[in-house]
Amino acid sequence: MSLGFSLFPEQASTMAGRVDALFFFLIGVAVFFVSLIFFLVVFFAVKYRRRSEDERPMPITGNLALEIFWIVVPLGLTMVMFIWGALLFFDTYHPPKNAVEINVVAKQWMWKAQHPQGQREINELHVPVGQAIKLMLTSEDVIHDFFVPAFRIKKDVLPGRYTTMWFQATKPGAYHLFCAQYCGTQHSGMIGRIVVMEPADYVRWLGGGATGVSMTEAGEKLFQRLGCSTCHRPDGTGQGPSLVGLFGKPVELQGGKTVTADENYIRESILDPRAKITARYQPVMPIFKGLVSEEGILQLIAYIKSLERQERERTQR
Amino acid sequence: MNAVETERREHYLNVNYGLKSWLLTTDHKRIAWLYLVSVTFFFFIGGLFATLIRLELLTPQGDLVQAETYNKFFTMHGVTMIFFFLIPSIPAVLGNFLIPMMIGARDLAFPRLNLASWYIYILGGLFTLTAAAAGGVDTGWTFYTPYSSIYSNTNVALTVIGIFITGFSSILTGLNFVVTIHKMRAPGMTWFRLPLFVWSHYATSIIFVLGTPVLAISLALVAIERLFDLGIFDPTRGGDPLLFQHLFWFYSHPAVYIMILPGMGVISELIPCFSRKRVFGYEFVAFSSLAIAVLGFLVWGHHMFVSGQSVYAGMVFSLLSFLVAIPSAIKVFNWTATLYKGSISYDAPMLYALGFIGLFTIGGLTGLFVATLGVNIHVHDTYFVIAHFHYIMVGSAVMAYMGGIHFWWPKMTGRMYPEGWARLAALIIFIGFNLTFFPQFVLGYLGMPRRYHVYPPEFQVLNVMSSAGASILAVGYVLPLVYMIWSLRYGAVAGKNPWRARGLEWETLSPPPTDNFEVTPLVTAEAYAYDVAEPEALYSGRPAHV
Ligand code: HEM
Ligand SMILES: [Cu+2]
Ligand SMILES: [Cu+2]
Repeated sequence: MSLGFSLFPEQASTMAGRVDALFFFLIGVAVFFVSLIFFLVVFFAVKYRRRSEDERPMPITGNLALEIFWIVVPLGLTMVMFIWGALLFFDTYHPPKNAVEINVVAKQWMWKAQHPQGQREINELHVPVGQAIKLMLTSEDVIHDFFVPAFRIKKDVLPGRYTTMWFQATKPGAYHLFCAQYCGTQHSGMIGRIVVMEPADYVRWLGGGATGVSMTEAGEKLFQRLGCSTCHRPDGTGQGPSLVGLFGKPVELQGGKTVTADENYIRESILDPRAKITARYQPVMPIFKGLVSEEGILQLIAYIKSLERQERERTQR
Repeated sequence: MNAVETERREHYLNVNYGLKSWLLTTDHKRIAWLYLVSVTFFFFIGGLFATLIRLELLTPQGDLVQAETYNKFFTMHGVTMIFFFLIPSIPAVLGNFLIPMMIGARDLAFPRLNLASWYIYILGGLFTLTAAAAGGVDTGWTFYTPYSSIYSNTNVALTVIGIFITGFSSILTGLNFVVTIHKMRAPGMTWFRLPLFVWSHYATSIIFVLGTPVLAISLALVAIERLFDLGIFDPTRGGDPLLFQHLFWFYSHPAVYIMILPGMGVISELIPCFSRKRVFGYEFVAFSSLAIAVLGFLVWGHHMFVSGQSVYAGMVFSLLSFLVAIPSAIKVFNWTATLYKGSISYDAPMLYALGFIGLFTIGGLTGLFVATLGVNIHVHDTYFVIAHFHYIMVGSAVMAYMGGIHFWWPKMTGRMYPEGWARLAALIIFIGFNLTFFPQFVLGYLGMPRRYHVYPPEFQVLNVMSSAGASILAVGYVLPLVYMIWSLRYGAVAGKNPWRARGLEWETLSPPPTDNFEVTPLVTAEAYAYDVAEPEALYSGRPAHV
């Protein structure tokens, strides 16, 4: 982070160079057309300036070939922009398989992050260089936006649902984190730092000040404390369906529809269980809205996600 | 005709006097003046807020005002400029004044409705000004929920009701224009003889009528959620905050075309007049207005690429956004081609028109940047977007408005404005504008988010440049206010057609009589017949010798 005057932002993620390349292509096209139009306007304005008050130029009504030409060429160019841009965008929606998941909860006016190992931080996010990181974002109040200019990415952070984004930092350092969606009085104060560290430093950082309780462990405790475990037994003998292997799978609902059990589905099933009832079960689950915090829900989700792996490890043993 | 004669002859300005004769008028030309005075008032209110914003941003610290006050400034700036200045500006002032005259009619189809539109607009404006005076609003002109509907403790409901009311003024004006253009064209004024100004207002009116109700609904829902505590957009009660964005942009994207299409219409009049040539590719320019009006309704989601909508929705909206750029490109190319082998003079309206072409090109091309998904994820909600839409809305729409006011001023007042001063002002505006907004592209790509009261120090140099430019721009806008008022009394008497322009409005006296024409004109030639020596021949019923 240099404090001097600069004209171009730092590149610090795998995305940055790709976005910039596209940006330069667009600049090339724009400079070409702006120069062309400026040149023609000035050239015509000078060359054909009025020399006598009674001039009456020959009328030219139009030219079909020319019209087609200047429809087709811009159309072709914009399609290149579209496809190139869409490909990049598509990649921003699809994190690599090995991405490490970190949870971020936004509220007026701060960022709260929670690492899988349990570390929490506020207005800072420590990440290792060279490792894909997937952020699960949600807000406790209004809409915010997680924006890291040096990574060339941003994503809105919404109340009541999860959005995700991912990045892979390429350069150790500290980078601006901005809230880019207007969120009230201290919007411009809702800023922080992304600290990118060498992997070894990151491991050390994780060790220091650790709570010792990982996300899944915290989630498991909550699962017991809130009484989820009484109904959702791993073997499916309880009043509710077993949650082992649930995550990412299709769930059949009453009425025959199916939905995929993603984070948003699980969140909804905790806060408002009656919204979607699993086929062959009764709507007996209590509503947990107001009883569990956003961070708690994220811990529960982390725990539910881990069930399949835990179960597999248990049976293998 | 000399000054004394103008004074003696009866025309729309001197048929009767007194406040009442103005406030109860149904003459479209007088109603245009009511709008002119009111939008000018709102323009300077909006400008005042802009000045305060630029002053605050001179330094990275928030040292001029509190954060909350700053947020109110940019909200009031956006609300007044968009809803109370730019949307009514060209249609309600120039459109009102000119459309009946351009098509050879005596007034709009519904003169009393026209006056009612102005009262509705003023009523909405009073609500919004009251909200401002009673403490202001801090949601941004976009009113995103759930911030606006639940969290903000400012006068959201009052402001939103003001905009809601004003919307009806747009709807009625649009309706009036559509009916007038369909029903009241003079004999011989076929669709393809219409001036392009009329075509673009026709397209604009369609958006007014179809789009504004959706804005009204979305704002009404915000007000209802606040006043009656319903959970329409509140996720904790099963509402959907994104629903608001869909509704809002379903109107507000087409609304950006409400703001630019009339300007394009003005440019399509100025360029032929000051190059003495028919517009190149008339049909293409005319139909591109309609294409914009239609396609403009299909791209609202391009304001929501990073809102978490599905990746495929993003792609569709991006594709359609590129398509809507094509009609704009067609217009730019055709205007430029019109200059070719013309007879070009550099009167002030033409300087504005040429400036428009340049700035609109930059605004439109940067529209492609923000429509490109891969780049949007970086520049969305930064100063890059601010710069983009100011190139369009100020660099283009306001330039066109200024050009149009200068061009038709002799018709409206019977007096010329001082040409030297006007050219100077046009130049100052062009320079001031670029200095203000070009640095914001750089700032945006560097990552400075919009609506920031405090910002990191490395952004200061560019912000200072921008504020410096704004002070130049302010001079450029105050100058015309002064010399235009001056010219009302001291300007040279204009005569019927000082520009030797074509078009029915130039065939009647300046200022026109209340009924616009002494006899209903009979149109016998295409618009922009600049190759014909005596324009009278085009409208008298005698065949023009083309
Ligand atoms: C050449 C065609 C154009 C394209 C492809 C285009 C595209 C876009 C896109 C994609 C955005 C959203 C950017 C973002 O928020 O991330 C945007 C913003 C905007 N554009 Fe354009 N645009 C074009 C022309 C125009 C025109 C003609 C106007 C009319 C005055 C306009 C006014 C605006 C405004 C007001 C916003 C910002 C609204 C806000 O967030 O406050 N644009 N444009
Ligand atoms: Cu914010
Ligand atoms: Cu738009």
